[in-house]
Amino acid sequence: MSAIPWLTIAIVLPLIGSVVVAAMPSSGAERAKQVTLAFSVLVLAVVAAMALQFSPGGPRFQFEEVYPWIPAFGISYAVGVDGIALLLILLSALLVPLVVLAGWNEVDASTSKYSTKTYFALILVLEAMMIAVFAATDVFLFYVVFEAMLIPVYFMIGGFGTGRRRYAAIKFLLYSLFGGLLMLVAVIGLYVAAGQQGEATFLWEPLAAMAADIDPATARWLFLGFFIAFAIKAPLWPVHTWLPSAAESARPGTAVLLVGVLDKVGTFGMLRFCLELFPEASRWAAWPIVILALISILYGAVVAIGQTDMMRLVAYTSVSHFGFIVLGVFAFTTQGHAGAALYMVNHGLSTGALFLIVGFLMLRRTERSQLIGDYTGVGRTAPLLAGTFLVAGLASLSLPGLSPFVSEFLVFMGTFTRYPVIAIIAALGVILAALYILWLYQRTMTGPRPEGAAPFADLSPRELLAVGPLVALLVLLGLFPQPMLDVVNPAVESTLEQVGATDPAPEVPAAAEEGTSE
Amino acid sequence: MTGILAADSAHEAVERASTAAADGGIHSLAWLLIAFPLLGAAILLLAGRRADRWGHWLGAAASLASFAVAVAAFTQLLGYAPEERSRIVPVYQWISTGSFTVDVNLLLDPLSISFALLITGVGSLIHIYSVGYMAHDEGRRRFFGYLNLFVAAMLTLVLADNFALLFVGWEGVGLASYLLIGFWQHKPSAAVAAKKAFVVNRVGDFGLLIAIMIMWSVFGTVAFGPVFEHIGEADQFTVTVIGLLLLLGACGKSAQLPLQSWLLDAMEGPTPVSALIHAATMVTAGVYLIVRAGLIFEASPVAQTTVAVVGAATLLAGAIIGCAKDDIKKALAGSTMSQIGYMVLAAGLGPIGYAAAIAHLLTHGFFKAGLFLGAGSVMHGMNDEVNMRRYGGLRKHMPVTFATFGIGYLAIIGLPPLSGYFTKEGIIESAWLRGDAFGFTLAGIMLLTAGLTAFYMSRIMFLTFFGPKRWAEGAHPHESPGSMTIPMVILAVGSVALGGLLVLVFHFAEFIAPVTGAEVHHFNPLSPTGLVALGLMVAGVAVAWVMYGRAPAEKLATAPRGSVFTRAARADLYGDALNESLLMRPGQRLAHASVAVDDHGVDGIVNGLAGAVRGLSGRLRLQQSGFARSYALSMFFGAALVVGAMLVVQL
Repeated sequence: MSAIPWLTIAIVLPLIGSVVVAAMPSSGAERAKQVTLAFSVLVLAVVAAMALQFSPGGPRFQFEEVYPWIPAFGISYAVGVDGIALLLILLSALLVPLVVLAGWNEVDASTSKYSTKTYFALILVLEAMMIAVFAATDVFLFYVVFEAMLIPVYFMIGGFGTGRRRYAAIKFLLYSLFGGLLMLVAVIGLYVAAGQQGEATFLWEPLAAMAADIDPATARWLFLGFFIAFAIKAPLWPVHTWLPSAAESARPGTAVLLVGVLDKVGTFGMLRFCLELFPEASRWAAWPIVILALISILYGAVVAIGQTDMMRLVAYTSVSHFGFIVLGVFAFTTQGHAGAALYMVNHGLSTGALFLIVGFLMLRRTERSQLIGDYTGVGRTAPLLAGTFLVAGLASLSLPGLSPFVSEFLVFMGTFTRYPVIAIIAALGVILAALYILWLYQRTMTGPRPEGAAPFADLSPRELLAVGPLVALLVLLGLFPQPMLDVVNPAVESTLEQVGATDPAPEVPAAAEEGTSE
Repeated sequence: MTGILAADSAHEAVERASTAAADGGIHSLAWLLIAFPLLGAAILLLAGRRADRWGHWLGAAASLASFAVAVAAFTQLLGYAPEERSRIVPVYQWISTGSFTVDVNLLLDPLSISFALLITGVGSLIHIYSVGYMAHDEGRRRFFGYLNLFVAAMLTLVLADNFALLFVGWEGVGLASYLLIGFWQHKPSAAVAAKKAFVVNRVGDFGLLIAIMIMWSVFGTVAFGPVFEHIGEADQFTVTVIGLLLLLGACGKSAQLPLQSWLLDAMEGPTPVSALIHAATMVTAGVYLIVRAGLIFEASPVAQTTVAVVGAATLLAGAIIGCAKDDIKKALAGSTMSQIGYMVLAAGLGPIGYAAAIAHLLTHGFFKAGLFLGAGSVMHGMNDEVNMRRYGGLRKHMPVTFATFGIGYLAIIGLPPLSGYFTKEGIIESAWLRGDAFGFTLAGIMLLTAGLTAFYMSRIMFLTFFGPKRWAEGAHPHESPGSMTIPMVILAVGSVALGGLLVLVFHFAEFIAPVTGAEVHHFNPLSPTGLVALGLMVAGVAVAWVMYGRAPAEKLATAPRGSVFTRAARADLYGDALNESLLMRPGQRLAHASVAVDDHGVDGIVNGLAGAVRGLSGRLRLQQSGFARSYALSMFFGAALVVGAMLVVQL
């Protein structure tokens, strides 16, 4: 397609950066941070330049590159993006420099026995993998990156985290590995099934083309292999408990990338792999999955209300939000899918901002407490901190005017036409969201400062630079979401075509066509 | 016969739902209505301290600029023939995916422009008043930013031409209300009240959101015109459900039973906020919604009747609460509930009531805003004291406040020929003219409440401005500065004249008829209901005079224990107690139980297994492998559970 291998550049660049950072002397932590920041900004520039070349009206996959990798097994290095993958890569490339900026002083010799530069080198490794996982159009390549991504995160939590970090890291790893194993079996099974159809391949496009021909019983088992892996990643109730532990023990920056981007691989995978490679099995499994999604929405929100730890609270709100995304995916409607795709991006922005600000709060206390009860009246002396926290929180509760509203609204519209009762019950989540966010805000930001407490310092310019872009995007994409929808819509249409679903028609069509109304 | 009637009503629906594209003039600039205050809010909230010196004037200017656009748009609208006064102004496409489209289109018609004038007009006065009222508050710039944000959101609400955009304004005013109730958020009571208001409103929004989903599913659109035009083709049950859900939304925003509990607490906000948001404009949004969606309620008698019943219950409840409160703002808040109850009831009477509801809404906007500003002026002069038992005899010390408050008082109790007399009488008569038992009952409740209104308003008046002084030590009441009294005077003029002007001169019912389809009926100064209302009003004032006007200071200074009824009214008729025992406490228990289940159940099974395997060994390697085994095991069971569930469901 294009002469410039955009995606490969975007994947290799952070890898080079990580090697450079790792090779630097351990004493020069400050320089390591600067180099990391420079590389991540460069990656963002490359990805942004690529996004500008993307043509929504063009072919579904763009910037494709295919090179044989292990020809004996038909494995290729194949990358390419559709609109949804493009947005998620943009999100990843945007969040990394912000996380680096925000986490400048988050990790130091006092918090870890490993050298500080390692943390930043790991961030760049992770960035390369995040871009690769969304770009992969070879199922095996996708699987490899899906598993390899665990390694940097494992060390970022286990080596640089807080509290029970070893426990959390192992829990995270084991849950993920278990899902990954099931997926590996399914990936191999898919290869075999494709071979029976005459073309043994791991390439996504030919696999999708033959999706309807695979034996339905086999397809269902393969579907489950992929789905369970993605459900653990997303995470969906009841395999969600690793997430609150991981978020609680992770550095806020790690949590941003983990919850904001990595978990999206689960929901992205459901759309791209479960639905399109196993359309019949997806329809077969839709009802139970929709129920699980509904439970996630309400359960995550209720448990979030009862949390005493801010990081855990935000993690549980994400369980609730992921329920909405999965609901949109399995609604099989244009609005549900477009809403789910947008939700992945918007949730990354809002939850990213929330984690970062919680991180700023923690750094202001010498003992770095994460407990809600240790903070009160912060807004009195730190209005910027409180203000950005409120905007991020309002985004999380899907206030109209901010971008998450658009995606949640579309998910509701798209779900209702397919599962009206589910959509109505899910809408209770709207009330619960107001409770968990505003109660958190009330307890931490409002009220008097405790007697004798030192005034809370407001955001520093560096911190403002880290969280400001997220807040600005939440507002901007809330008022003007259409550019994102234009990018996503073609991918949504072809997914629905592949699943064989059409939007339910209205009973009393009243949409005014030009000239029909008097 | 019914066929012809159905055809007629379908034709009428098409007429009332029809719109035309805007044809230039100021209408093509209607987006400025929202843009001015939105820009003002953005500047005020982002500029930081450097805008502290001039920020409040910028806020007031933004509101006034918006008012100027509203006046110009209104004038242009009057230039059209009445049936052509519904104009759509496209701004941009907001959301489009598949066949689902939401446009940012503004609808200019007699109903929306009436609201726009009220919001920007009274809004500007309150901006000006706040310059003085908030002069000593270090957060004044932020306050004006929030006020501007409110004006922008409220204008979005009333100018939207579809339910999705209306919802944006709907939650937007909820946000502004949240921010302003909690403006003094270092006070825990203010922060709690703000959160409560938002959450209770969200319960209403939940209803509105589901109504929008149903409309999209049934009609394939959420735009007003097409939905209203085809509402008759949907089945009766669906229409009733949509109507009841819209009513739930209206109840949240307009503090109607059973979602009334937030309004009294909302008085924690600065008094100009109580005047603008929690009296004149935002709380009337529910009335707007019901009248705007009138064709939906007319298509469902059940939903329509429910509207009237909710209004009747709230207007009585609000008045009873108003009778017992000693806090001047809470007494006025009870009164607001009650007056909005009148409007909701009127909106539940169908086309005959719509014009009456909106007319009362407009005059109420003036006199209630004036009353709140007067209360603010009193508090300003009394070191922020709100307890009326600590007032007394203020008329000599605050003559302008006394005069303007007094005029608002006479207007709300319905003394002819002040504003409230015309518009309240319009509502009572609309119910009476139904001619059936339901109509007579409603009229009876409203007449009774008219007497109660006269009583509780006189109680406020006498406790505050008459009788002996009962001031706290160090109180030096003084008249407020001009920036505060001038808006009060202008509102007082409106309280005197607006009702008569609207009803007798401007023929408001005819003006709004293209939207509401009202059969216009003319005001009758000597109607039987009007005479009864006057009699009850006099009685209410007289009782209050005996109880509060000439009682000695020591009797007034402390609240008596009161009867069962008084104590119930003081406790907001136990609305909060009910919420707490039915919703909050079980909710908290649920949250705690869920956390326990998640920590010890879902996760605990995993950890318990790990612990068992770990045994007594403290060595790390064993620990890790113990974890590994137990996690693998539990995840295996978890996965098996999911697979099993899927197989079971499919069998």
